[in-house]
Amino acid sequence: MKKFLSLVLLVMLLIPAFAQAEGTVTVFNWQDYIDESVIEDFEKETGIKVNYVRFTTNEDMMVQVDANPGHFDLCFPSEYIVERMISQDMLSEINYDHIPNAKYILENLQNSTYDPGNAHSVPYMWGTVGILYNTKLVSDPVDSWGILWNPKYMKNVFMLDSYRDSMGVSLKSLGYSMNSENILELEMAKEKLLEQKRIGTLKAYQVDETKDKMVSGEAALAVMWSGDALYAMDLNEDLAYAVPNEGSNVWVDCMVIPKNAKNKENAEKFIDFLCRPDIAQRNCEYIWYSSPNSGAIALMGEDYISNPAINPSEETLARCEFFRDIKEPYRSIYVTLFEEVKSAK
Amino acid sequence: MMDLQLPAWATWVMLAGLAVFLAMMILFIRRNHGMKRSLFASPYALWMAIFTILPCILIGYYALTDASGKFTLDNFRHFWDSNYAKNQLYATMGEAAAPFIKRGTVNVDTLIYSLWMAFLCTVICLVIGYPAALFMADRQMKLGATLVVLFIIPMWMNFLLRTIAWMSLLEDQGLINRVLRFLGFEGVQLMYNSGAVLLGMVYNFLPFMVFPIYNSLNKMDPKLHEAAQDLGCNNWKTLYKVTMPLSLPGVISGITMVFMPSVTTFFLPRILGGGNTMMFGDLIESKFLTEGNWNVGSALSLIMMILIMISLGILRKADPEGEGGSMI
Repeated sequence: MKKFLSLVLLVMLLIPAFAQAEGTVTVFNWQDYIDESVIEDFEKETGIKVNYVRFTTNEDMMVQVDANPGHFDLCFPSEYIVERMISQDMLSEINYDHIPNAKYILENLQNSTYDPGNAHSVPYMWGTVGILYNTKLVSDPVDSWGILWNPKYMKNVFMLDSYRDSMGVSLKSLGYSMNSENILELEMAKEKLLEQKRIGTLKAYQVDETKDKMVSGEAALAVMWSGDALYAMDLNEDLAYAVPNEGSNVWVDCMVIPKNAKNKENAEKFIDFLCRPDIAQRNCEYIWYSSPNSGAIALMGEDYISNPAINPSEETLARCEFFRDIKEPYRSIYVTLFEEVKSAK
Repeated sequence: MMDLQLPAWATWVMLAGLAVFLAMMILFIRRNHGMKRSLFASPYALWMAIFTILPCILIGYYALTDASGKFTLDNFRHFWDSNYAKNQLYATMGEAAAPFIKRGTVNVDTLIYSLWMAFLCTVICLVIGYPAALFMADRQMKLGATLVVLFIIPMWMNFLLRTIAWMSLLEDQGLINRVLRFLGFEGVQLMYNSGAVLLGMVYNFLPFMVFPIYNSLNKMDPKLHEAAQDLGCNNWKTLYKVTMPLSLPGVISGITMVFMPSVTTFFLPRILGGGNTMMFGDLIESKFLTEGNWNVGSALSLIMMILIMISLGILRKADPEGEGGSMI
């Protein structure tokens, strides 16, 4: 019995050693955020074994990466988390010599504010924040955030229950940056959100419920992420999506390699594989977010290119901005102001 | 990320507190029931110590310290003035920021709103629940037993599911409004307001009012009724002079069991109130999860706990035998 036990223990000791040997890569991605057949194809083509792990929130992912140094070779954080990870020295620089397919990345996403020169991150998917609206209930053109304050749409506006997004929309409608760290602008943005409550166009602050409620025709207008908007538009053809002229938020989910990753080169091979136009196309058609890959966009054809929800015009994009990682004490000012808005009766 | 590391002394204080508590527990049981029986209680005592006493100590610790672990009362100032941290920052920013420095009433207002909602919920539950319990406990009514079962069946289902089911009833495109529109009436907005939250609370907490009252009525000796009527009471007088006073412990227990979860309600306002009607529970949740400010979150929790303890004390005054309150 003792011999058997020690044998088991020995095997258990060796398993991690095998797993970390050459020819593997540990990928840490969002839940349901890849066409899984792509992983099999990568394993077939390169012989590298993919250890695929999933997470559900950025914060959760950061805790895991922090607690298991060297365990993950490739992660998929959102852009403002990339910025936070860089400032905490959690990421290693990417060697673009190993990623020839990076040349397909769209120009406007190549030199980002959150990671200058994209030294630490390669865009994977991106999208916008805009207004999802029901064409049967909205007669005015939806081209400005101002429509969310239009008394014609009493109790007909869903806002996002997220301080960054809602304060961001309010700031943008006033002509300020979504990353404002100017207290006058922030106080005015709060007043503007309170005004929305006073006018009575606001129906609810919520997140997950919105897309299904929009499908059933519960409200005329909703602030929404482009990916969720596309999901809803597929289920109800009366729905349409627009990014207002004042500009909005562009978000990017990126691929990054944590410091001390054991299989950095394999991770770079995986990034290169995901940047290959045909593979990027498959992922994009599976996830329905916008692809940062010009090669994939060319492959997807007219339907994709002419859909303003997936592929906003350059002018629109020029007015949009990335979220920056708002630092303390401004982060808690955002939270305090938004709490005041939400608790106002 | 929130740093959860406690200084070594705090760990020792907590361990010492636990040890004292366990020792007291064992001493208490020994004195009352003898040594052997005390052993049976030890798993529960351990459970209590780890999952009730320790968290309470932790809440107290976080409420009285700042992010770096130093003693402070700022978290309670933050309760009184929800703009406390913001105001301090603005004060360093010169004249431009000065007009924006004012006391924030978010926390206090939300607490008052929660207490008011809980009060309304308790009163409505009592008004609906007492007659229902009377009916259920009446031995001449054959339907009484059926009603008991009907009250219990919804409780087999998860609280969350029941609430989400209410959402699909009350929505503008929900069942009730569709029926109204089918019948030619205009639709009404039933959701996204305090009324819907109150409805959800009453629906979820009503059984906690009905069953304690039902129990106390059921225990009553039917001969008391006969005696009262022999002595010349009519039905109303019997109810008023005999049944009601005797069911008081059940009523007090019901009030306690409805009021406490009502004050601490959260999530319901988000689902049925559309996030427009934040209650104190939501506020505490947002302090912990959105803001990551465990210290202020703990201070708010502590204030809530103290308020509940005070209300329990008042109820105990009204029910000195502890028949009702002892259930908690």
